[in-house]
Amino acid sequence: MATINAQPHGEPHGGPGHDIDAAKRPMWARYKHGHHFRTQDDEFDACKTGMWLFLATEVLLFAGLFMSYTFFRYKYPEAFANGSNYLDWRWGGLNTVVLLISSYTAAMAVRNAQLDQQKALQRNLLITVVCGALFVVIKAVFEYGPKWAQGKRPGEWFSYPFAHDAMEPAWWSVYYSATGIHALHVLIGMALLYRCYLRAKRGAYGPTHYTMVENAALYWHLVDLIWIFLFPLLYLIH
Amino acid sequence: MTTIDTSKARDPHGDHGHGHHDLPYLAGKGGFFPTLIDWMTTVDHKKLGVMYLVAILTLFFFGGVAALLVRMELLDPVRIAADGTVTGQLLYSNPEDVNAGNVWYNRAFTMHGAIMVFMVIVPGIPASLGNFFLPLMLGAKDVAFPRLNLLSWYIYLLGSVFGILVILLNGVDTGWTFYTPYSTTTDAGHWRVVYMILAAFILGFSSILTGLNFVVTVHKLRAPGMGWFDMPLFVWGIYATAVIQVLATPVIGITLLLLIFERVFRVGIFDPALGGDPVLYQHFFWFYSHPVVYVMILPGMGVISEVIAVHSRKQIFGYRAIAFASLGIAGVAFIVWGHHMFASMSELGSVVFSALTFLVAIPTAVKIFNWIATMYKGSIALTTPMLYALVFLFLFAIGGLTGLPLATLSTDLHLHDSYFVVAHFHYVMFGGTIVAMLAGLHHWWPKMTGRDYNATAANICCLLVFVGFNVTFFTQFFLGTQGMPRRYASYPDEFQLLHQISTLGSWILGLGFMGHLAVFIWSIAAGAKAKDNPWGALTLEWESDTPPTEHNFAHEPVLTHGPYDYETTVPPKWDPKDWPLPDPAKVAAVHRDHH
Repeated sequence: MATINAQPHGEPHGGPGHDIDAAKRPMWARYKHGHHFRTQDDEFDACKTGMWLFLATEVLLFAGLFMSYTFFRYKYPEAFANGSNYLDWRWGGLNTVVLLISSYTAAMAVRNAQLDQQKALQRNLLITVVCGALFVVIKAVFEYGPKWAQGKRPGEWFSYPFAHDAMEPAWWSVYYSATGIHALHVLIGMALLYRCYLRAKRGAYGPTHYTMVENAALYWHLVDLIWIFLFPLLYLIH
Repeated sequence: MTTIDTSKARDPHGDHGHGHHDLPYLAGKGGFFPTLIDWMTTVDHKKLGVMYLVAILTLFFFGGVAALLVRMELLDPVRIAADGTVTGQLLYSNPEDVNAGNVWYNRAFTMHGAIMVFMVIVPGIPASLGNFFLPLMLGAKDVAFPRLNLLSWYIYLLGSVFGILVILLNGVDTGWTFYTPYSTTTDAGHWRVVYMILAAFILGFSSILTGLNFVVTVHKLRAPGMGWFDMPLFVWGIYATAVIQVLATPVIGITLLLLIFERVFRVGIFDPALGGDPVLYQHFFWFYSHPVVYVMILPGMGVISEVIAVHSRKQIFGYRAIAFASLGIAGVAFIVWGHHMFASMSELGSVVFSALTFLVAIPTAVKIFNWIATMYKGSIALTTPMLYALVFLFLFAIGGLTGLPLATLSTDLHLHDSYFVVAHFHYVMFGGTIVAMLAGLHHWWPKMTGRDYNATAANICCLLVFVGFNVTFFTQFFLGTQGMPRRYASYPDEFQLLHQISTLGSWILGLGFMGHLAVFIWSIAAGAKAKDNPWGALTLEWESDTPPTEHNFAHEPVLTHGPYDYETTVPPKWDPKDWPLPDPAKVAAVHRDHH
């Protein structure tokens, strides 16, 4: 277990209350853990455990979507085999690259916080947010928009005149539900990381306190990982 | 590994620093509005537990009224004569529209089911008693994430508001399971079904966050000296529950979300008219809703473990067996969902799920036998909580045993979808969870409120509930075996006597609950001040003041004895008038064994 509580700015005498330089110390070094935890390590471990549990719930949430994909693929094999022909793997691939880059910068942001590299921390958080926005824009402008206009819509909304298979509306239902809920998660992740960025500008994160950055990055990696599964299932498999 | 502890390393007496906070948690903040704002923004697990309790009991009242309406309608079967006159629509009758009365009956049982399941029984014990006592029993100052706890309370409130909104909009008639395609095609032009599904979805979020909070609390905030097997069994029950909440609830989340998509945007996932599949919905729904049956019962089993050990003044029999049985039930919970849908599966699937279902009986029986063995040669005090624990054993045993013919395919063919099923799950849900909650409530009431209640009056109410419950639901076993299907407002004449007896029972039951409400109100208004440890219990929550102070304990408690070492330990805050000291010979014998 890593000990994050070593204090590079720590004084041997007196606590934060007796410290005449307290006001000059950065925000992260002044952080005091919640009164119900014994140490800051305990708090960090608890927050991380909580986040992993939350990620488990997210995996199970998407498990439902993957399950319905599997189920309908088994039920309507022709419609689903043909479905990926309607999607352009280049847009999907580009979005995969965008998300992978953002995952790298999110991981780097955590490292920057641990090493007290404040400028790099802010920059990496911002790049991550911008990549998230880019993903959503590509998805909406180049994929959802044109497809919706052509009538490639879910369920009752379906009005595409050149459908190969009567069950294509079911394919689009699964496509829009899965990617739509994923896109919603991207937006939530962006909001979390942007909040981290705003707080990072005020010096909230550093070697002894970076819980929020760590957890937001974990969330972002999960969002990325789910796309890594959605991409081949929807775009590549025929 | 070196760790510089920020506060205590510098101030070895850090625990004393909170002296100015050490007021009882119920103390006002000087005026009505400051106190109200304090409660509305509190992150104190005790206040949140009390707020959950009040909300849950209020919703229990609504759900109970709906149940009484259902029973009232069934006093007389609905009959349409040849000339078109309708008799027997006691709930609602409209000569213009003969079907309207039946719709109201459907709405009444749907609202009863949805409120009781999603808003009362699932959050019931964990959110109220669990929130209040889990940190106290662990010797902690709070749950791991106090602000998340507040958030999950508000999410619960939001979900309940949607539920109540649906009641005000005249309710829904889909049944609490929202089976498709009925739930996606009826009630066109209204949003009631969507609101109700949304309510269940939102409540699921609250459930996940509470469960997550509890899991981390148990992992990280146990008192010094408290290993996993020194935890009280209530904590084990809550822990197993929380694991299921975290792992099962997301599945109902995505299911209900897709159902809302389907209703609002007409995407076809579950509706066969749109290319969907209703059986997929059933699988999704029960993949959550079966494990959640154990979310309902495991905390109740935890309560019963506490109450029986404390009020029998005995070391619990088979501590580890009970703890592992909780985890065993949590594990089995995930592989038996198919027994809710034998009718919509292949024969092989039914056989497999039938066989798996019998596994549930093993850990459950382990617990029941251990509780009975605990009472053997104990010095049993027939207090209200203990009476309720005995009621639990009696009713839950019936509920469990009547589950076996339902899991057996050949008998289920006859019994499924009948009143036998209704009676069975009421024996488990009500006779199990609600009765356990009443046991826990009477066990911990003095600690929570700082007041004693009138034990005689509470015991009379307990008797009314016991009699009323059995009169209501035991008759339904007969109705079911004779072929009365569930969810009908009308029935052949030969069933009427049994239905009338059952309705009579529901009134006795209602009377019992009204009595309990009166006892509690009387206790708050005029009850004597409760002792710190009225039952002479050994778990850590009784070491706190009554009612507990805001920070729970004056000093961080250190565990020096097991939770049930009644034969060798003097209870904390011991009063010789209440409880005799342990027999010195026994203490010496135990010490001899240990060395």
